[in-house]
This record gives sequence, C-alpha cells and structure tokens, in this order.
Amino acid sequence: MSGSLSTTASRRRNDFRARRHASWWAFLVHRMSGIALAAFLPVHFWALGEALRGEGGLDGFLHFADRPLFKFGEWGLVVLLAIHLTGGLRLLAIEFLPWSGLRKSWIAATVALGIAGGLAFALALIG
Amino acid sequence: MVLAQFVLVHLATIIYAVRGGLSGGEILARTQGSWAIAAFYGAFVIACAVHVPLGLARIAEEWLGWSGRCSNAAAAACALVIALLGLRAVYAVVA
Amino acid sequence: MNRNLKVKVWRGGADGDFSKYEVPRQASQTVLDVITYIQRRLEPSLSYRFSCRVGVCGSCAMTVNGIARWTCRTHVAKVVEGDTLEVAPLSNLPVIKDLATDMAEFFDKWARAKGSFRGSKTRHDEFARVEPGSLERMAANAGIECIGCGVCYASCDLVSWRPDYLGPAALNRAWTLVNDIRDTGQIERLRAVAGDAGCHACHTQGSCSERCPKAIEPTAGISGLKRLAARRAMRGEL
Repeated sequence: MSGSLSTTASRRRNDFRARRHASWWAFLVHRMSGIALAAFLPVHFWALGEALRGEGGLDGFLHFADRPLFKFGEWGLVVLLAIHLTGGLRLLAIEFLPWSGLRKSWIAATVALGIAGGLAFALALIG
Repeated sequence: MVLAQFVLVHLATIIYAVRGGLSGGEILARTQGSWAIAAFYGAFVIACAVHVPLGLARIAEEWLGWSGRCSNAAAAACALVIALLGLRAVYAVVA
Repeated sequence: MNRNLKVKVWRGGADGDFSKYEVPRQASQTVLDVITYIQRRLEPSLSYRFSCRVGVCGSCAMTVNGIARWTCRTHVAKVVEGDTLEVAPLSNLPVIKDLATDMAEFFDKWARAKGSFRGSKTRHDEFARVEPGSLERMAANAGIECIGCGVCYASCDLVSWRPDYLGPAALNRAWTLVNDIRDTGQIERLRAVAGDAGCHACHTQGSCSERCPKAIEPTAGISGLKRLAARRAMRGEL
C-alpha cells in the first residue's frame, strides 16, 4: 500500500457516472462553447480587418465564405454565442437572484433561448 | 452583465443584417464613418479582451494543470492579442 | 428473488483494484447490508466504515455505481444494474484501505474556511436575540444540518481539479456562520473563503447540491459567498 496519504495520486476520481445531471451538462456546454468562441474570435477579427484593404478586401472574404459549409459553420457559431450568453445569464441569476431548489427549469429556459437565437439566425440566413 | 448587453445587441444586429445576403459594400456603407459603431464595438472588444482570457486561464489551470503564474501570463498575452486584433478590425470597418 | 448479486468491491489503497463477490439478494436490502454480508461471511479482511446504519451519521458514505451515496440509505433495488453492483471508497480523498478514506483533509479545509463559531458573549450576558424569520437566519438554517459526511466533497470536480479548493462542505459551513449575527469572526472568514481556493473556484456544476443526502444546497451558499466577497472586496474591506 502506498505510504504517502497526502498526494493527489493516492485518491480515486469520479468518472462520467457522477456527471450525468443537468447542471453538470450546463457547465460543460458553457465551457465548450466558450472555448470554441475563443478560438473563433481572432479569425473573426482578422476577417473583418481584411476591410482595411478596402471594400474589395472584405468582399473577397465574403465571397470565400459564401459556401454551404461556411454558412453552417457561421450558424453554429451564432448558436454557440447564444447558448454561451444564456448560460452566462443563468449563472448571473444564480449568483445574484434569490432562488432555491435545483433550478432545472432555468437550465431548460437557457437551452430554449439558445435554440431560439440559433433559429432566428438560420431564418435570417435562409430568407 | 455588461458583456451580455453587448452580445444581445450584436446578435440582434447580425440577425437583421444577414437577411437577404451580405456584401462588403453593404456592411461598410453602414459602418464607415460611424462614431456609434466605433464606440459600441470598440467597447465590446475591450469587454471581450477582459472576459475571454479569464475563462481560458481557469481552463488552463483546471484541465491542463498550469500554475497560476503561467495562466495569468498567458491570459495577459491573450488579452493583448484580442484587444489589438479587435480594435484593428473596428478601425478597418469604421475608417 | 433467488438470484445472487454480483458485487465488485474496491480492495487495497488508491492503486488497488476491484474484487468480485456473490451475495444473496434479499428484499429491502441496502448496500450497507451487502457490504456487511461480504465482510462477515466472505472477506473478513474487508475494511469499511459505518455507525448508526439509519441515515443520521454519514459514516457509511461510499461510491456506489460511480455516485457518492450513504450506503445505509441506498436500497440495492434502486441502484442495481441488472444484477451487478460496484462499491468503491469516496473519490477525492486519500484511500486508507478498501472502502475507508482519510477524512483529515476534509476537516482541515473546514477549519481553514474558518468554519467554527466565535462569539463575544459569556454565560453572564443576556441571551442573544436572533430573529428566526430574518433572511440571514433562514439562509443559515438552510445549511446547518450538514453532518460532514463528505458526499459533496467526493462529488465535486473542482475538488479533483484544484487540490487547494476548500470544497462545498467547508464553504457551506462558512456561509452558515457568515449569516450568524452572533459571530464575531466575519472579516477573517470572508478573507479565508474569498481566494482562488475559496468560493471563486466554484463553477456551479451543482454536483454537491445534486448529491447531498440532506438536500442541502452548497451551490446557494457558495453563490452567496461570492456575492459577499465581491462586494466587500470592491469596498476595500478585504
């Protein structure tokens, strides 16, 4: 048996079975969407910066981006932003508003609002 | 809270703008010379430059095991990159 | 119900492994019943903790099919997967042997969070007057039933990811004392819980509130501490 009782190596960790509940999923979705958005942001800024080369620069990028896979990616990013936003609002509510219970309905509302945002963008793209 | 308001306005704006297709001319026609756009999006960029690195620093500490000093240094670097690239982009569409 | 249960029980230290046992099923059997059967009839060298066996002491907390529970209050019928059961020690705590963990760090963090009462009155003073319906007292009451079983601590990923993190139980206790108007150690306590190893490490995963056998919500207390710490820090009081 290991002699040291205080190192982190001497303990067992949880696996996915401990994480199968709504609040944990909300955390994971918020974190994953944040990572994706953080990766996307520099690209977004660079693309807009192409306008420094005049209208043609921006149009060049927009023309490149006018393909279905890109549009789907853009839609995906808008959904991620909407979800990250609504998840963030949920966290602010937890921290500043009075509540009790497991707040599962808030999680549902978060998801619903995120999807609504995504749908609105999809409609705008297609229409 | 501040960032939430920026994001809401931005989402509403792009949903509106993207209808009927998008062209460089259309965007620039709206944004060039606009102080309102410059102020709004400039502030938005600064808010992002604060928020994004903090989130990434926590992830680096918790999932990559980085020390506080490493993650803070990386966060500061990220903040700088976001601020510079972002403000350049704002200038690009507003100038 | 004649089938046997196939039970995997953790043996050894943190670097141990599961051993398999067959235990006859019985009506209204709890996981503690199963472990007790194994130790008495099949494996005398099995180490585990229990005390009251009726759900008031918290000693029998273990990881059952991956989730931290009180084994005396967990009916086999509710958690069995087919006819298999997996029992392991609580996560996030050093394993002494088999199903017993070293709880020292759990209580050390309780002390580090200033989780003990410090009053200013003596027996010669008047009784303190505490309004039971006040918001502070109701907030404190929501958390004072904690018996230190460790289930929340074992369920929290931030405890796994940040070894310094004080954890939900210690912070919940700090919250009950922060809301105790008789306590005189408020500034030290807020300083203790306001750091990176304190309330701000919580990401509201909510596993603590989800798993607490007494339906306490450390998430609420920790959110309250975040609020309080942020306000006091902005006022320069910390």
